[in-house]
Amino acid sequence: MLVIRNLRTGYGNLEAVRGVTLHVEAGEVVALLGANGAGKSSLMKAIVGLLPPWGGEVRLSGRAITGEAPWHMISHGVVLVPEGRHILGDMSVAENLLVGGYHNPDRQLAIGEVFERFPILKSRARQPAGTLSGGEQQMLAIGRALAARPKLLLLDEPLLGLAPLIVRDVLRVVRDLRDHGVTVFMVEQNAMATLGVADRAYVLETGEIILEGRSEDLVRNPEVRRAYLGKGYKEVWE
Amino acid sequence: MKPRAERLGLLILAVLVVGVQALTAATGTPFYLTQLTMTAYYTLATLGLCLLMGYAGQVSLCHGAFFAIGAYASAILSTLRLGSPPAAGWRGALAKLGVLVRAQDLFVPGQEYLVFTPWLGFAVALLLAAAAALLIGYPALRLRGHYLSMATLGFGLIVYRFLLGGDFTGGADGISAVPPWRVLPGIALCSDSAHRVGNYYFAWGTTGVVLILLLNLVASRTGRALRAIHEGENAANSMGVDTAAYKLRTFVISAVLAAAAGSFLTHYTGSIGPGETQALRSVRYVALVAAGGMANLWGTLTVSALLTFLSLRGVFGTLDHAVFGAILILIVCLTPDGPLVPLRRVLAHAWRRLRRRPGQAATDPE
Repeated sequence: MLVIRNLRTGYGNLEAVRGVTLHVEAGEVVALLGANGAGKSSLMKAIVGLLPPWGGEVRLSGRAITGEAPWHMISHGVVLVPEGRHILGDMSVAENLLVGGYHNPDRQLAIGEVFERFPILKSRARQPAGTLSGGEQQMLAIGRALAARPKLLLLDEPLLGLAPLIVRDVLRVVRDLRDHGVTVFMVEQNAMATLGVADRAYVLETGEIILEGRSEDLVRNPEVRRAYLGKGYKEVWE
Repeated sequence: MKPRAERLGLLILAVLVVGVQALTAATGTPFYLTQLTMTAYYTLATLGLCLLMGYAGQVSLCHGAFFAIGAYASAILSTLRLGSPPAAGWRGALAKLGVLVRAQDLFVPGQEYLVFTPWLGFAVALLLAAAAALLIGYPALRLRGHYLSMATLGFGLIVYRFLLGGDFTGGADGISAVPPWRVLPGIALCSDSAHRVGNYYFAWGTTGVVLILLLNLVASRTGRALRAIHEGENAANSMGVDTAAYKLRTFVISAVLAAAAGSFLTHYTGSIGPGETQALRSVRYVALVAAGGMANLWGTLTVSALLTFLSLRGVFGTLDHAVFGAILILIVCLTPDGPLVPLRRVLAHAWRRLRRRPGQAATDPE
């Protein structure tokens, strides 16, 4: 569904993504793991056109969409949930969802489905979004993306700063979305939690892919365990 | 804001407009209507800035310049003498089309000459303002941050110097003897006291119509997009809102509204000077929008109507500009959401205390 070849981008003189090649098949959940500053978010931004690509190409279902404006990406069915959620705090939950469905003529219908999936959002529909808890805000950020009816959902650090219980909720949502035919490409630092839900994963280091594989294999890979999971990752995780 | 509350607000506005006029008629003080009419036009310009500042989150420091562009376009074109009637040749053709009209010389009775119709001046005023806004806004609004403020500050100063130094702009004296503009049957925009009531209703009617249009715009999909830009440009961008295009359009709308207000006011008062472009004038518009609560068209309308009227009546005396500067500083320091928000809280609190029995008030934990 999504094919990225040799993509490069950065800021000013700094090259943050140095020729990344990866692919995401329809119906998959694919994770991109990496430490701070590895270039994960820059890659996401380059995919949706928030950062101009320096080179390489992005193809969606065979069509080249490299460097197209973000509003075009949404009509192609690619929606990004940005890092840090970027909730519109002074606007109500319902208004946030309406903005999310900005390009979707059937936004009312889609928003109804979002409310079904996240009943908590429905009960808070008229509340300012800034008053939601961190977990609820992440649900709203995902719900807002769903209001655009994406085929490919890009999640940038969706687990950042969430309590372990909420992390589990978000992962359940990701799995459920995949079961409903939404392809998910997610960037995370929380490798262990992410590998639990992803089918495949890539590991990014200083702008380059250094490992790729099925999640089961990566969990067992000593290199990954050392670098990204921490030695005592079991204790850290549960 | 909910439609019902909005309708109620518009009803109150209409009742107030009619009530004030009736009051001045009853008390024999119709001269107040002159400042009230001018207040309406300044408020019209302020509403445009409210859309830009409050909803799109961009601060313009040359709103006064757009006002002046509109005013001068109208004043120059409607006072440009193109010979005396009867018209022949190309002027005859233009006169037949209605582009050229006869105007009366103010100082020489019976002397008539040909000028462009005020409608042409008005159209040129709007187009010029839109073109200037596009020119400044296109580069400045593609960038994030305060670039628009910087660019507009510079533009405002340039326009001021230009109007002050230009030959055809009348220098420091500006342009006077701007002819009346017959906008509607029975209503001519001019300072003649016979037309005072008509002008008052035209000015407030126009402002009311613009208010309704802006309220609808703000409640629409476009309005949501604008508020999303204000709250988080990244978020708006990633949801597919073309932020640069929206900011530019809003800037153009606000400029055009300021130019329209300037054009109306010039025909009403019959003259215009470069003072309208001073940087402090533009700061005044910013202060009014901030005092109105930024993203609050009703608040801006209320505050602008009140303060502009007081200022035009000369209540602030020589401290006129200082008062508006002080208001801006106080708001930024004390109530960044505008003074109406804490005021509402205080009123709500007082209301709750009033409804409670006195004995209860002491023990209530709230």
